Formats: sequence, C-alpha cells, structure tokens
Amino acid sequence: MNPAPLVALVGNPNAGKSALFNALTGARQKVGNYPGVTVERKSGRLSLPDGRPIELIDLPGAYSLEPASPDEAVTRDVVLGRQDGERQPDVILVVMDATNLDNHLRFALQLIALGIPIVVALNMIDMAKRDGLEIDVPALSRALGVPVIATVAVRKRGVDELLAALADATGQRPHPAEAIPQDLVALQRRARAIAAETTVEHDVVRRWTRSVDRIVLHPVIGPVLLAAIMFVMFQSVFAWAQYPMDVISGWQDALGAAATAVLPAGVLRSLIVDGVIAGVGSVVVFLPQILVLFLFILLLEATGYMVRAAFLMDQLMARVGLSGRAFIPLLSSFACAVPGIMATRTIDDPKDRLTTILIAPLMTCSARLPVYAIIIAAFIPARSIGPGIGLQGLVLFTLYVAGIVGAMIVALVLRRTVTRGQTPGFMMEMPKYQMPSWRDVLLGLWQRAMIFLKRAGTIILVSNLVLWALVFFPRPPAGYDQPAIDYSIAGRVANAIEPAFRPIGFNRDIVLALIPAMAAREVAVSALGTVYALKSRDTAAQPGAAPPEELSLRDSLRKSWPLPTALAFLAWFVFAPQCLSTLAVTRRETNGWRWPAFMLGYLFALAYLASGATYWTARALGL
Amino acid sequence: MLRLDQLPVRRPARIAAIDWERLPVAQARRMRELGFDEGVGIETLHHGPIRRDPIALRIGRMTVAIRRAQAEAIQVVEAAAAE
Repeated sequence: MNPAPLVALVGNPNAGKSALFNALTGARQKVGNYPGVTVERKSGRLSLPDGRPIELIDLPGAYSLEPASPDEAVTRDVVLGRQDGERQPDVILVVMDATNLDNHLRFALQLIALGIPIVVALNMIDMAKRDGLEIDVPALSRALGVPVIATVAVRKRGVDELLAALADATGQRPHPAEAIPQDLVALQRRARAIAAETTVEHDVVRRWTRSVDRIVLHPVIGPVLLAAIMFVMFQSVFAWAQYPMDVISGWQDALGAAATAVLPAGVLRSLIVDGVIAGVGSVVVFLPQILVLFLFILLLEATGYMVRAAFLMDQLMARVGLSGRAFIPLLSSFACAVPGIMATRTIDDPKDRLTTILIAPLMTCSARLPVYAIIIAAFIPARSIGPGIGLQGLVLFTLYVAGIVGAMIVALVLRRTVTRGQTPGFMMEMPKYQMPSWRDVLLGLWQRAMIFLKRAGTIILVSNLVLWALVFFPRPPAGYDQPAIDYSIAGRVANAIEPAFRPIGFNRDIVLALIPAMAAREVAVSALGTVYALKSRDTAAQPGAAPPEELSLRDSLRKSWPLPTALAFLAWFVFAPQCLSTLAVTRRETNGWRWPAFMLGYLFALAYLASGATYWTARALGL
Repeated sequence: MLRLDQLPVRRPARIAAIDWERLPVAQARRMRELGFDEGVGIETLHHGPIRRDPIALRIGRMTVAIRRAQAEAIQVVEAAAAE
C-alpha cells in the first residue's frame, strides 16, 4: 500500500503556520527530529473529507528558498526532496498572512514555481479586515493559478474548505520546474504588483499594534515594563508552583512509605525506596516550576512581545558582542538550556549563534533550583533584611545575577578570542500583537511536560539506579566498623578524587554526589539524599550507635557541612556544566565534539575557580 | 534625500537608493527578503532605548527592526518633499 500523501506546511515566519497546524491536527501530533540536525519535525495525521488519510508536516518558517539559518535549510531541503529521512511532499500548503501580502506572496511565488501541487491558506483574514484591507480572494487565486482559501487558524475558520482543496490537490501530478526563480527583487516586484491588484485598502480606524508599541517600545516605559514582566515571571515561578510541588512531594512521601511497608527490608526495598522513588521523585517535584516558566515564555512568544523584548535588549547585548536575537534563547535557558540552545537556530550570524550557545548553560536553569533550594533552606536563615526582602530570596537572586554576569563576561571574552568575527547585525520582523490561542499554549506546555517527564523516566532514573548500586555495592564484610558507604565503589572513587576538591572546601560526600550529577544537576539533590539516607541507616545499625533518628536531608546537611562549604557548593552550580542533555544538544547544533568539549572545559574551570574563591572568602570572613 | 538613520520618527518616506555593497552579503539578502527595495514606502516608528539604536521601521505593511549601521546604507526621500 502506498503511504498517505504528504502535505507540507510552508510559509514566512509569523504567518500563523503553527496555529494552522494545530487547528488541522489537534492533539494528534508527533514531535521528532530530522536525522543529523536538531530541527524539530512536527507531523500529524488527518483525514480528508473523502476519508483518505494524509500526513501533514509543519516546516520551519522561512523567507525564501535561500536559507539563512539551519532551520530554513531544512525547509528548502524538504520542499526540494533533498532532506534525509523525508520524502518529497505531494502537496505544499502555503500559509500567507493576509495583512502582509506583498511580502508573503514573494515566497509563495517561488514555491508555486516548483511545480508541486499547491494550496494557499490566506490566513489572518480577520486581522486584514480589522486593518481595513479587503482582499479579492478569487482574483488572487486567478493571479497565482492555484486555489486560495481564506482562513483564521486560531479560530479554526476555513478548515473545512482547506481540507476540500487539499483533497483535490492530492490527485494532481507534479510537473517539476527546471529552475527555481532566485531573483528576489524581481519576485518581490511581482508580488507587490499582485498584492496591489487584489487588495483594496480602506481607511483604518484602529491600529492596535502601533498604539501598543508606542508604550512597549517607549525608551523609558519600555525597559521598565520589561523589567516588571521579568520580575513577575520569576516571582510566579516560585509562588504559583509552591502548592502543586507540595502535593507532588506528598505523593512521593506516601509512595515511599507504602513501599517501605510492603517490601521486606533488604536490597529490593532499598532499590525501590532509595533508588527509584526518592531519586526520580526529587526531580519530578519540580515539574510545576518548569511549566510556569514555560507558560510565560510561550505567552510572551505567542503575543508577539518577545521580539519587542529583543528590540529593547539589543544594544545591551551589543556591548558584549551579541545581538538582541540572543535574548530569546537566553531567556528560554532560564527554564532549560536545551530548548534555549535549540532556539539559537533563528540567529543568522554563525559566530553570534555559537557564542549564544556557549553561554546558554550559564543562565540559571530550573534544574539548578532544587540544588539551590535545599542548600539555601539548610544554611541561609529565613531572616528579613528589609521590607519585603528576605535573606533567602536575596541569596537566590544573587545566584541568578552571578550566572548572568558570568555569561556576559564570558561572551565578551569569547567574542574577542575564539568567536571573533564581524559585528552581527540585528534584523527582525516585529509581528503584530495577537491574543494567544489557549489551545496552542496548552499544547506547547503539554509537549514540554512530556519531554521533561521522559527525561526523568530515562536519564535521571538510570543515573539514580547506577548511583544507588555504586553506593550500595559491594556490601562490607561482617565486622566492618566504618560506615558501609566507605566500602562501596562510589565511596572508593570519591575517596580517590576528593583531594582535588579539598582546596575548594568540598568534602567526600559532595564529591560522591557530583559523580552521578554529571548526568543532570538536579541529581545532586537526590544523590545527597541517597548518600545521607544510607549513611544514617548504616550509623544507626552499628552496635552502640544512637537510636535511629530520621534526619531530613536538610538537617543532615546542616549537621555535616560548614557554611563556607555550602556557599562554595552553590557557587559551583552557578557554572558547572553538569548536564548531559546540554552537551548532547550542543554537539548536534555545532556538528561535532569540539564545542561541547570546549564548553565542558571552560565551565568546569570557572566552577572550580568560583567555588574556591567563595570558599576562601567565606573562610577569611570567619563565616 | 537623507539617510534612513537621520529620518525623523513618523515622517513617511520612500526608499530612494540602497547601497547594497556596504552591507555584508547575508544581511543584504535578509533585507531584500524583508522587502527593502527602491521605491518602497518606509517610516521610522521607534528608536531603541540606548543610543537610539536599533530602529523600528514600517516597510510596506511590515514592522521591521534594523540597526543604525544598516540604516546608514539606505537613502530616503520624505513623502511630503516628493510631492
């Protein structure tokens, strides 16, 4: 049987492609990757009115078939049938923004010239009306020689007509073109002529976007507003996530208690309770914070504000040799560096992009939060040092700032050394403001949540199990009078490398926790949890030891670490590159091991220096 | 005729000439893609908060942000002056 016809969604950025994709496929989407590149491959299946199935793929937005970024290269290669792992589309569904015909028609003309059957979705037709534009759809269809359907993707308008047109188009044969028209200026002039013929412009009453921009881009109000939005965003991450996080840790405790009650004491119980439930639970608990952060980022992107933020930040970024475009990936990196690094694909200038990738891990990602949270809770008194300012919050804020300042200094140095190049330009289309569609936002959140949980279920689960085994085996012989952990493999490895970390104030337990935390930073917390849980049990089991007392991790840490060590540990995590996923995505995005190796090296060096400096300063101050 | 970076805010103008040679190849191509061309209507809308850079422009029906350095390659004629 032949595979279902493949329909590719193609269009300029900001044409509403993804909204149309969501409107057509709903939640039946698959997100994958093209082999060799990290460009997301979003596909979905749907049925035509006559019942035939088709496969729909959403290609990255592009301005022409001449790619300026890796994203756009995928669009060109798929359309031309040159992309590995993808067949050539049977039909191209071109999405155009009705309010921006002159520009979007140019790309459409280039695509039509390919000879593949085409259907045009004239999207955001409601916005065009609002802007006083009246488009003669049949005339446009005649001028282009292909069916044109007016749609409003965010309201699912025009979807049935679109499906009917697609059904017709799948029957047509392609007649391949000999050459792709490349002369952009000529195409653009033709596009403008067609747009002028088919559009009637009425007097415009409302110019929404313009009036909003007068406030948002105001030289004084604009930056203040941006700072306020950032402040509310980070506040909400903590405030809104608190309740669901408490609920999740409640479940985790209940599950651990239930498992303890059911399972007989021994290897299996330790594996399930200490290895699986405590390990994975300490990471999953943090899903709410990640979702709140992504909710803000998705909303800022969907409304069109994000580009305005890039505009306001451009000159600040220029001072360290970057452009405003770097602001968006760096902001996403506060949630997680992996999507942040993937978002650098929209940066045209290769050196600018590489620098942004290299500093992305310095943004305080949400995986550091559990590490910071437990150390701050254990060592920093919850004291108020001013109206509305708590000492704990201030320390956390300082850690965020340390990461940002570190990133800026690193960018400055890199741009003068390894990533030296011409000053990058800043050129960005500023889309109209839009009410985001809740369906699109929720779908985005859902996909983020699944990616995170998959990570917790795979890389984090495995590293926890490995750690548990390293800490648990081999069991000490009878009569061994030291804590059992010292006899284990992990204990021996940690003992061997501990001298290297002694100068920066790290003890053996920290070194032990850092080993599995190479996989992911948040594992450090569960690893410390496992180490101290087994340790206190071992101590309790010894003859003559104090009766077993259940110490929380916080209390165990407070008892066994001096304050300078705790502060050095915090400083370590501002810089340390402890995340396999980040290194893996850097390798894919830079096509090789050179840059991830560089990233690993420079971040470890910084982490070591920063911890050392913190430790000795704290000691000198007598803390 | 004046350079785009000197055009006052909200004074509709038309692009008279673009010195493509002054711009790096990739930037020149992106500007063509965004619709920069001789004869196209243009209007400066906003300036960035620091050093009045970048510049937000209306070009055709789009709003586009470019840096001052790029705007320097573009010569414009104010619409009022052209009539």
